[in-house]
Amino acid sequence: MTDTTQRPARRSPIQFGDPLFKGLTFFFAMLVLAILTGIVSVLIIDSIPAFKEFGPAFVWNSRWSPALDIYGAFVPLIGTIETALIAMLIGVPFSFGMAFFLTEMCPHWLRQPIAVAIELLAAVPSIIYGIWGLFVLVPIFQNYVEPALISTLGPLPIIGHLFQGPPIGIGVLLAGIILALMILPFVTSVMREVFAAVPAVLRESAYGLGATRWEVVWRVVLPYSRVGVVGAIMLGLGRALGETMAVTFVIGNAHRLSLSLLAPGTTISATLANEFTEADSPLYTSSLIALGLVLFALTFFVLAVGKKLLLRTPATGGRT
Amino acid sequence: MLKQFGKIGLAGLVGLTGVLAVVAFTTVTTVETAQAADISGAGATFPYPVYAKWAEAYKAKTNTGINYQSIGSGGGIKQIKANTVDFGASDAPLTAAELEKAGLIQFPMVMGAIVPVVNLEGVKPGEMKLDGKTLADIYLGKITKWNDPKIVALNKDVKLPDQAIAVVHRSDGSGTTFNFTYYLNAASPAWAEIGVEKAVEWPVGLGGKGNEGVAALVSQLSGAIGYVEFAYAHQNALTHTDMVNKDGKTVAPSLESIQAAAANADWAHAPGMYLILADQPGADSWPMTAATFILVHKKQARAETGKAVLAFFDWAYADGDKLAEDLIYVPMPDKVVDLVKTEWKSVTDADGKPVL
Repeated sequence: MTDTTQRPARRSPIQFGDPLFKGLTFFFAMLVLAILTGIVSVLIIDSIPAFKEFGPAFVWNSRWSPALDIYGAFVPLIGTIETALIAMLIGVPFSFGMAFFLTEMCPHWLRQPIAVAIELLAAVPSIIYGIWGLFVLVPIFQNYVEPALISTLGPLPIIGHLFQGPPIGIGVLLAGIILALMILPFVTSVMREVFAAVPAVLRESAYGLGATRWEVVWRVVLPYSRVGVVGAIMLGLGRALGETMAVTFVIGNAHRLSLSLLAPGTTISATLANEFTEADSPLYTSSLIALGLVLFALTFFVLAVGKKLLLRTPATGGRT
Repeated sequence: MLKQFGKIGLAGLVGLTGVLAVVAFTTVTTVETAQAADISGAGATFPYPVYAKWAEAYKAKTNTGINYQSIGSGGGIKQIKANTVDFGASDAPLTAAELEKAGLIQFPMVMGAIVPVVNLEGVKPGEMKLDGKTLADIYLGKITKWNDPKIVALNKDVKLPDQAIAVVHRSDGSGTTFNFTYYLNAASPAWAEIGVEKAVEWPVGLGGKGNEGVAALVSQLSGAIGYVEFAYAHQNALTHTDMVNKDGKTVAPSLESIQAAAANADWAHAPGMYLILADQPGADSWPMTAATFILVHKKQARAETGKAVLAFFDWAYADGDKLAEDLIYVPMPDKVVDLVKTEWKSVTDADGKPVL
């Protein structure tokens, strides 16, 4: 590619244009690396005091006591994973269904309005979701949803432990549900694009062979667009892991480990938002930065696993 | 291939520049705050309503703006120590030794009441009452229902529902929490395991950020209980409860009951003006009374700013009483103000000359 574009440039009066453009784009690309390196270095350097004090046990220690200057990342770490998992469990099937409906079954005149609506949802600031959750969803959850969950699922063995305690509305479950709503537009619009990119000839051939709609999706569209679908899910997961404001509003901000999804908890980013300005001892600040490092590592790990999964199964065509 | 390696080396170099840029950016912002003509402060949310009123009136009179961020006492202490604001504010006083170490002086500005607020259908402000032991048991998670015999015993004529109590506490480092836990510790021996601090390990409950956050959660959640400064209960139309005080008398939060609690305060003999007004004796004393403090550096790098800060508080002591009382904050008695003004003489510029 570069060779063919460089040849005519030699004759052109703007000889420096191409190298300049190349340098500029190179600079911007490198800027990303530079920022990443900067962030990681700062996180590592500033979290050294915390890891020096608590050792690797910082990650699985569940106590968080600013009063005694004892900090452990376990509760916010579990909260982060829990809320993200709930969000994915609810958000991904919904997004898949929406994207599928839009590309395969939706009447043409309806397609554009729905697509625009989804994109508008993505533009709603997260704090709005938080306020909406607190003012609208919390009373509904407190009065209807949670009492119903407690009386129906609560008495069951094993799974019942997840639905116990007083119904107060605010808690891990509601945070997860709000996150699901927040990732929905992102995951849906990426999935929609990916599905739409499947060549019509493949789809039509399958239908021509007598495949049902389900078979077309499951055997043709999905295998073809697998990489893109996983990418969409990873995008959603990344957002769910790091979302701050909406979660802070509805999770309860309590550093307590609880088996119940109805109990208040906290996430890493909610803890950071709540406590960073107040951290008055150096160890406290360092522990918060260490929390940030843990979140960074978690996100990195999740993305790496996602990529690995993609590489292991041989691609049968499809886009990256 | 070689070229590729060169690029990777370059990436490392650019990465380093990134770090330097971050450092440089931090420095620039600090300088910017310092150059602002207005005076800046940060800290306690407890006195924020009255500081905001004062700032407004002072700006109208002198054209000097006060930029006060109500981020919590912990944050206020942190920021004044880091010198990113001109004054800090905290409801949890620093001890004389801490002040000495940080090169700060502290003085009380106003007094207010921390009140329990509840969200129960049909219960009106001041209709319910609680005592220290019961309140501690609620916050320890030992009392979990509103119709618990211990609450019912105190409130024979109030209809209490069979509803779970949603306990709300502060999620940030807070002087209000400090005074609240100080009181619970004094009133209930069982509280000793939790301790008295700006942030503690709560055995139950939800965290709200700032007095505002707690007020918002309590007004949202049916069956909730929280603790806020009285002005917040008032402004948000929350239902406060009365309290049984140390003498066993039931009192309502008011200017009089705060004044009664403050009557015993001996500011003259408190080193570094460290004084806590919770759980004071007296038949009329509100048990969760607290003074809120201002922190300034003893040595002011820019004498002008130091002078402007003290001038504002001087004005507040002189002309701010009415505005404070409107919000049910009790102004400091003149005797205490005289003590504070003596303390101000130790605030100097870089050369050791008093700024006032």
